[in-house]
Amino acid sequence: MIDALTGWLGPAEWQAVRLSLRVGVVATLASLPLGILVAYALARWTFPGKQLLNGLVHLPLILPPVVTGYLLLIGFGRRGAVGQWLEAWFGIVLSFRWTGAVLAAAIMAFPLMVRAIRLAIEAVDPRLEQAAATLGARPPMVFLTVTLPLILPGVIAGAILAFAKAIGEFGATITFVSNIPGQTQTVPSAIYALLQAPGGEAAASRLVMIAIAIAMTALLLSEHLARRAARRVAGA
Amino acid sequence: MTLRVRLSHRLGDFALDAAFEAPPGLTVLYGPSGSGKTSVVNAVAGLLRPDSGRIAVDDWVLLDSAARLCLPPHRRRLGYVFQEGRLFPHLSVRQNLRYGRWFAPRAARGPDMARVVEMLGIGPLLDRRPGALSGGEKSRVAIGRALLAAPRLILADEPLAALDEARKAEILPYFERLRDEGGVPILYVSHASAEVARLATTVVALRAGRIAAVGPPSQVLGDPRAVGVETASILSARVAGQDADGLTRLLTPGGPVFVARLAAPPGTELRLRIGSGNVILSGARPEGISALNILTGRITAIVPEDGPNAQVTLALGPDRLTARITRRSLSQMGLAEGQGCHAILKSVAVAPGDLGLASDQPGHPR
Repeated sequence: MIDALTGWLGPAEWQAVRLSLRVGVVATLASLPLGILVAYALARWTFPGKQLLNGLVHLPLILPPVVTGYLLLIGFGRRGAVGQWLEAWFGIVLSFRWTGAVLAAAIMAFPLMVRAIRLAIEAVDPRLEQAAATLGARPPMVFLTVTLPLILPGVIAGAILAFAKAIGEFGATITFVSNIPGQTQTVPSAIYALLQAPGGEAAASRLVMIAIAIAMTALLLSEHLARRAARRVAGA
Repeated sequence: MTLRVRLSHRLGDFALDAAFEAPPGLTVLYGPSGSGKTSVVNAVAGLLRPDSGRIAVDDWVLLDSAARLCLPPHRRRLGYVFQEGRLFPHLSVRQNLRYGRWFAPRAARGPDMARVVEMLGIGPLLDRRPGALSGGEKSRVAIGRALLAAPRLILADEPLAALDEARKAEILPYFERLRDEGGVPILYVSHASAEVARLATTVVALRAGRIAAVGPPSQVLGDPRAVGVETASILSARVAGQDADGLTRLLTPGGPVFVARLAAPPGTELRLRIGSGNVILSGARPEGISALNILTGRITAIVPEDGPNAQVTLALGPDRLTARITRRSLSQMGLAEGQGCHAILKSVAVAPGDLGLASDQPGHPR
């Protein structure tokens, strides 16, 4: 089936699809722990600067994506403060690399992920967590044995939503890491490039179909997994 | 083991200021809703941090605000039976029961799982999820979960309040058994005087955040300053025999009492709870009335209420019986302390005296 798909798509388009999937998966998995932590902090803790954190998390949802991409370029580019530090200490270069595309996608998808998980955490009855504490569970164990299983449907929904957003990210990605085939050219950037050149419509429409298929699959999968997890949690 | 509690806490307009001791056995925190019962239990559990106070089980200190010591809930080794059960919905009954055991120190040998499962009759439920249990089943699993955590103290916050009468009658014996097995002290919150009469070895009466009285149930329940107008009396009784017409004859210090047939052998010790509103007083021995249960005693106290009523307490041997009558009857009958008097009981509730099972049935043959 993969062979048939690569034959139908052509090598350059297949490369874009593979890169998009990789960027989506890595961006989602890498940001998930932080997403759960931030969602938990926003749902349960009171601390100074909570509203600031909330605003910061949601900023990429409201800012023009180009602005987010430009800010990433300033901060994480080779001459940016964080970018220089990352290169000097860890040898990590983000700008114009696929890892940069991952960062851009993760930041753009983060608000959606945090929102879904936060709603799930707010729906957990804190009295269950108190009951676990009276039975001798330390706070990390309460989280692992009670809170996390109960919010699993929300975590799955948030992760898949973030994945779908990550593979579709365009504005911030193209601004931060440009549109280099094989390096940073994800499906949306490839569609954009094909439409700029004469005679690219056929290849573009194939990628459009792929994008629709991935998005639909992700959506159905998240519905299915979330419903299954919810049934398990409801305890019938 | 004795639990010693002293705490003061302010929550908005409500001020809690309480100090009491709960000796081994079952101590009921008794009072109307809003009197601060749950706050006290939550402070003992570590779910509420009082402004100041000290809580200790023997010499094991849970909270000492003077020493800036406050153990978090997970280090207090409690078994807390919550009103709503609070079973974990994503775990099976078996996993719920094992949850506390998991975190208990290895040295702490709690009760045997098989024994607790058998005592509570929850064997058939082990593989089910809490969502598939009835209210009474959930309560029993919640009790089992608390016991299996190998606690040094059991807390119960109105564990029967959400159940109907039949389910209450089903759960009450388990608490009686816990009390009579006499392992760990039990602190039990209730606003139902029937539960107090049946379960308590000690009653701590709370009113508006303060301790109104501490003592055995017979003393506290009859004290209007402790429990308000809804006073009740506890009489000790012994089964004397079964009569042919279906009644059971009980002996009390004030005379014989007849109740609907009790399945208990002669000599069984019982407690009778008599609501003060269910007692009629008569100066002369009443004749030609349908009531069977007429006790004789001597008036020891007359306490007028704010309204039109007064509470009259009779001494029946070592026991006390309180009647709630109108002040008008009081003056018409010319009752005074020291005078002999007859008490007609309209309704009697029976509870086991020391141990064993009995149902809380109203026995009022006329």
